[in-house]
Order: sequence, then C-alpha cells, then structure tokens
Amino acid sequence: MESISGIEIYPIISLLIFFIFFVILFWWVVTAKKDYIKTVSNIPLDNQNQTEL
Amino acid sequence: MEVQQFYYDNKIVKKFIYATIVFGVVGMVVGLLLAFMFIFPNLTDDISWLSFGRLRPLHTNAVIFAFVGNAMFAGIYYSLQRLLKTRMASDLLSNINFWGWQLIIVAAAISLPLGYTTSKEYAELEWPIDIAIALVWVVFGVNMIWTILKRRQRHLYVAVWFYIATFVTVAVLHIFNSLELPVSALKSYSVYAGVQDALVQWWYGHNAVAFFLTTPFLGLMYYFVPKAANRPVYSYRLSIVHFWSLIFIYIWAGPHHLLYTALPEWAQNLGVAFSVMLIMPSWGGMINGLLTLRGAWDKVRTDPVLKFMVVAITGYGMATFEGPMLSLKNVNAIGHFTDWIIAHVHVGALAWNGFMAFGIIYYLVPRLFKTKLFSNGLANLHFWIGTLGIIMYALPMYVAGFTQASMWKQFNPDGTLVYGNFLETVTEIMPMYWMRAIGGTLYVVGMLILVYNIILTVRSGSKVTDELAEASALQHVSKRRTSGEGWHTWLERKPIKLTLYATVAILIGGIVQIVPTIMVKSNIPTISSVQPYTPLELEGRDIYIREGCVGCHSQMIRPFRSEVERYGDYSKAGEFVYDHPFLWGSKRTGPDLHRIGGKYSDNWHLNHMYDPQSTSSGSIMPAYQWLIRNELDKSQTETKMKTMVKLGVPYSEEDIANAQAHMLEQGTQIEKNLYTDPDFAEGYEADKQEGGSEFIEMRNREIVALIAYLQRLGTDIKVDNLETTAQN
Repeated sequence: MESISGIEIYPIISLLIFFIFFVILFWWVVTAKKDYIKTVSNIPLDNQNQTEL
Repeated sequence: MEVQQFYYDNKIVKKFIYATIVFGVVGMVVGLLLAFMFIFPNLTDDISWLSFGRLRPLHTNAVIFAFVGNAMFAGIYYSLQRLLKTRMASDLLSNINFWGWQLIIVAAAISLPLGYTTSKEYAELEWPIDIAIALVWVVFGVNMIWTILKRRQRHLYVAVWFYIATFVTVAVLHIFNSLELPVSALKSYSVYAGVQDALVQWWYGHNAVAFFLTTPFLGLMYYFVPKAANRPVYSYRLSIVHFWSLIFIYIWAGPHHLLYTALPEWAQNLGVAFSVMLIMPSWGGMINGLLTLRGAWDKVRTDPVLKFMVVAITGYGMATFEGPMLSLKNVNAIGHFTDWIIAHVHVGALAWNGFMAFGIIYYLVPRLFKTKLFSNGLANLHFWIGTLGIIMYALPMYVAGFTQASMWKQFNPDGTLVYGNFLETVTEIMPMYWMRAIGGTLYVVGMLILVYNIILTVRSGSKVTDELAEASALQHVSKRRTSGEGWHTWLERKPIKLTLYATVAILIGGIVQIVPTIMVKSNIPTISSVQPYTPLELEGRDIYIREGCVGCHSQMIRPFRSEVERYGDYSKAGEFVYDHPFLWGSKRTGPDLHRIGGKYSDNWHLNHMYDPQSTSSGSIMPAYQWLIRNELDKSQTETKMKTMVKLGVPYSEEDIANAQAHMLEQGTQIEKNLYTDPDFAEGYEADKQEGGSEFIEMRNREIVALIAYLQRLGTDIKVDNLETTAQN
C-alpha cells in the first residue's frame, strides 16, 4: 500500500466522506419539522385493518 | 378530493406465510438432525446425501432464504400495500416472485444434498440457481418500486426505505459474490482466488446478514411493532438516523470475519473500526423498537404477538452488542472458529428472525382469515418453550466456545501444548452438544405448536379475500406546498432518488475495501514455490468441496503460537493464489487442515475416511465410505483445467493434454503406497478376485484423488526456502 503514490490522500478523503455524511444526516434530523415527523410516524396506524379484533 | 377504492392483495401474503411455516419446519428439523449428528456422528451412516457436510449448507440456506426469506416477503407484501395505500403493482410479478422463490428453494433442497455446491457460505448454490435468484430478486424489486411509484401516500415511511435498501444491496452482493465461470451445467469455479475470494465472500456473507436478515426485519419491526402496540414509533427522527447510519456503516464491516488471517492488515483494521461503530445504529434501532412500547407494557403481558416481538428485539440487541465485541481482534482471537460463533448466529436467527417471524404470523393469520387466534394459551406456550429453547441452545454453546478456545491455547511450562490431541478438546464439550440438541428440540417443539395453532385458526376462519380500502389519489405537488420543506422530506417524495442515494451509501464501503484488494497486486504477495494443483489434486479438491469438508475444517492457520505449535507454519496470502474458490472455512469442529499434507500416511487417510473412529477414538467425524467405493469421474478434468486457465491458473497446453496420464500415474503411486499396509493388501486383493470385470481399481477411485489433495495441502512452502516477492 505504501508503495502507491498519493496514497496518503485516501484516509483523509475517507474521513471527510464519513464526517460530512453524518453532519448532513444530523443537520436534517435536528431541523425536521415537528408536524411532518408526527404525520409520517402515524402512517402505519392511519389505515386500520377493517377486521379489528 | 377524489376518493378511490381499491383492494389489498391478501392472497399473496397468505401464500408466503404458508411457505414460511412449511420451510421453517424443514429448516429447523434439518438443523436438529445436524445437532444430533454431533452426538451420534454416524446417524445417517453411509447415506451420502444425508451426510453432515452436505446437510449443513441445506440447513443454513433453508433457514435464511426459505424460512426468513418467505417471512420477509409475507411481511413486506402486507405492509408495503398498506403503507403506500395501494395494491401491489402487478399480481403477475407477485406470483412470479412467490413461485420462482419456492422453485429456487426446491432446487436448493435437491442440489445441496447431492453435493452440488460452490462451498462459499450462504452462497453455496450453483450458477444456474444463482441466475434464477437474481431474476426473481429483480422481479421482487421491480414490483416493489412500481408499487411505490403508483402509491396514494405521498411520504415513504421508514419501513419502506429499509425494504428498498434490502432490494438494492442484496442484488449488488449476490451478483458480485456469485461471479463464477461454469465448467458444466452444475459446476463452476469462483472468478476470485484465495485472499480476494475470501474478502468478496465475507463482504457478501456479512452483508447478507445485514441486508437479508436485518434490514428487511427492521422495516417489519417499524411497521408491525407500532401496529401491534397501537402507537407510533418512539422516535421517527431516530429511525432516520438509524436507517442511514446502519446501511452506510454495515457494508464496511465484512473483514471482521477474517481477522488474523492472510488478509492484508489494513483491510482487517478497517473492518474492525466499522464493526465497533456499528453498535451505535444497531442499538439506536433496538431502543427505538423497545421504547415504542412505552406506556403499553401492560399489553406485553397479555398479547403473545408483542411478547414475541419484545424477545426478538432483545435478541437483536444482544447479537448486535456481541458482534462488535467479537470484531475486536483480541476477542476474535478467542471466539473465531469456536462454537461461540454458533451461539452468536443462533441468538440472531432464533430470537431476532425467528421470534419476529412468529410474532408477524400470529398477528397476520387471524386478520387475513377474519377470525381470532385459535388459542392464546398455545401461543403463550410456544413463546415460553421457544424462549427456553433459545437459552438452552445459546448458553452451552458459549461455554463450549470458551472451553475450546482455552484448551486450544493452553501451554505446559516446557512449551508444549497441554491438549496436543485435538480430540481431547472435542470430547470435553460433548455435554454441551447434548444440551444444545435439547435446546434445539424445545425450539422445534414450539414451532410445531405454532403449526397446530395456525391450522386450527385457519380452519375456524373464513376464506382469505382481497381487502377493500379507500384513499384519495395523490395530488400534484404545488410549489406552495413544498416551500420550506427540508431536503429529506423532499427526498422521501422521490423514491427513485432515495433508492439511488441508498445505493451510493452502500457502494462506498464496498468499493474502498474490494477494489484495492483486486486491483493492487502488491496486496497479495506471490510465492515462487507455490504451484497449481495437479489434475488429480484438483479432482480431490472438488470432492472436498462436494462433501462440504469446509463446514468443519478450516484451512487457515492464524499467526498465534498455539496454532503454529499445533498445526505448523501460519498461512500466507501467497499460498492461496490458485484456490478458486478459497476454502479457509469458518468453524473448527475438527482440526485445521492447511498443513495436513505429509502429516499422516496415505493408509491413515483411507482408514480414517472409512471409519474415523478406528484411527481417532472418540472422533465425531462421520464415515465417508462411498468415497472409497466410488469411481472418480475424470471426464471433466480437462474442461476444469481449461476453466482454471481462463481464471489465470498457469496450466500449459501440455499439462492439459497429459491430464489423464498424469492422474493415472499419481493414482497408481498412491495405490502402491496403500499396499504397504498388509491389511489393506489382503482385503483389496480379495475384493479384486470377487469383483470380476466390474471391479474399479483403487487408482481410479475418488478416495485416491482426495488423498492426493490432502497430502498436497500446505506443502508448497517450507520456512527455510520461503521466497516472497512482495510484502504487505
């Protein structure tokens, strides 16, 4: 591995991809709107089976 | 707003549930038979297609792809329609998915016991079946994405993302790991060799666990747990983090199956780092599932569906805590190759997949058949007997694993191994194998209780019909409505883009690990003394593959003092460059075989295959007497060699032209060696007299090829004349 020229850049690129991925993910999650979250999380419940037991 | 009426397809769900139950029983019963074969090794004496090595892949494939696979399809086909407020896009595709999948299972159930196997774990099926799997999988994916496109619910609930990720990733994994060059209709060689094959295989193997056994079931958890508890998921925000971080990180963790092997160090360390990180998304998901029951724990006391789901999620939490721990190199040094791993996978399979599937079955069957469950009491009995079964299975296997590891590694003060005879470490754990078999029996009894309960529920119910539902059609999205929405909200309206992003997320890890190992030559140091197998050894290797020897014997000596002392010099990456496929194995029920060559006489091997207990008292290896009777099929040898040449193995034209003569010569030499044992000479000559014209000479029998292969193993290098042209 050490013999490949320019290999040093790979760990840095990997770390950046990793870091940016999670920054964007958490940024979205934190800024998500409350009613949207509420609506979507109720999707499984709002079409109740007709044969309720 | 126009309200549309439509029908949910319930019949396809019913079919998949029936298949789940039938193949669940089959897969578990085969597993139980295998558990008893540890105690009574010659239980299926001399029936080649019921031998341990051939049944083990049948058990794993039946449980993973037939039981869990059908349960996954049942759950997805039920929940997807309801989450999207639409019928499946095409009944034809749904049915092709169902019948195609069952045909593949039947093909596996026939071909694996007959010995048609690639030997790559959880990917044992031969190339025509691999192609069928790819086609049926694409049918499933097309049907799902088409259904998503004609949905009446704007936003894709998190369960649907998990289904999409499952489809995309399993397709990628299956295709890349199954790249093989056919020799004949039912025989192929992996295009990768040795270290590269190992890396691709465990990139696949690990992610098959991730994307076949985990992501679809997490999607089902996000649908069925809120349904059964009648309250929304604990935190939808957490589920978003869970999804993206899980699929992004999981794909990197494969090399933790190859720690301390000949895999390059950087790839091992990368695998460890990501495996440790994996605990975060996994536990995030587990916590999200369990906390969904906040304020509803009283229901868990009375509802068997929730009971099963709670134990399933707890099992998921235990297995995903253990996984990262086992990925630490120091823990892996103890756990790898031992029964600890068997305990680990069964906590995942029996608790997480099994109990989640049972929960879903108990939830769905009464609803589909418009009735009540026949007996809650029986479901509760199933729950308790199943839970006890899991504990009785897992605990003894943990003890067995620790016992094996500590006995394998124990030294006397004078530097010799305390338990130099591997058999001592086997006989020591026989009580654990007994307890495991009892635990397994309990679990299977629980399954049979489910069968009875479901049959009576179905009988008391009415016919399954398509269910009428109503929803308004999707409206065109106006600019005003979308102003101010977050990008993920936007993404969730765009299923194709979501699919693409998920694909990118899973490809990054795969590319970073696999491309360098395949492209960069210096990662695999070549050793000049390593030569391709002779034609007879190649045939012997194929018998080793056919009989599934790799299920119990590794060919990978790790660089530990205890292993070098026991087996010989540790394995080097350069020794495996002609191994299509690699045969490193993942379990040592018997000893490692990488340096078995030259250790015993040819006679010893013959006697050992005929009656293992005669050469090794107390051995739990089954006899392989048919190898000693069967004539070796040499008709394909040249084709096999030509296929190997295409894969880069340097056989010359001359080698191939002389293959038959060379095989006869090497076989005759082994036959001569066997004559040194007077008992053999006497018995064989007597057989020869009786046999007449039908008699097959020893030099032409399968056993001779196998002996040739075993005697070759690990003899290419000797430490004093080792020449490596490159180092890691």
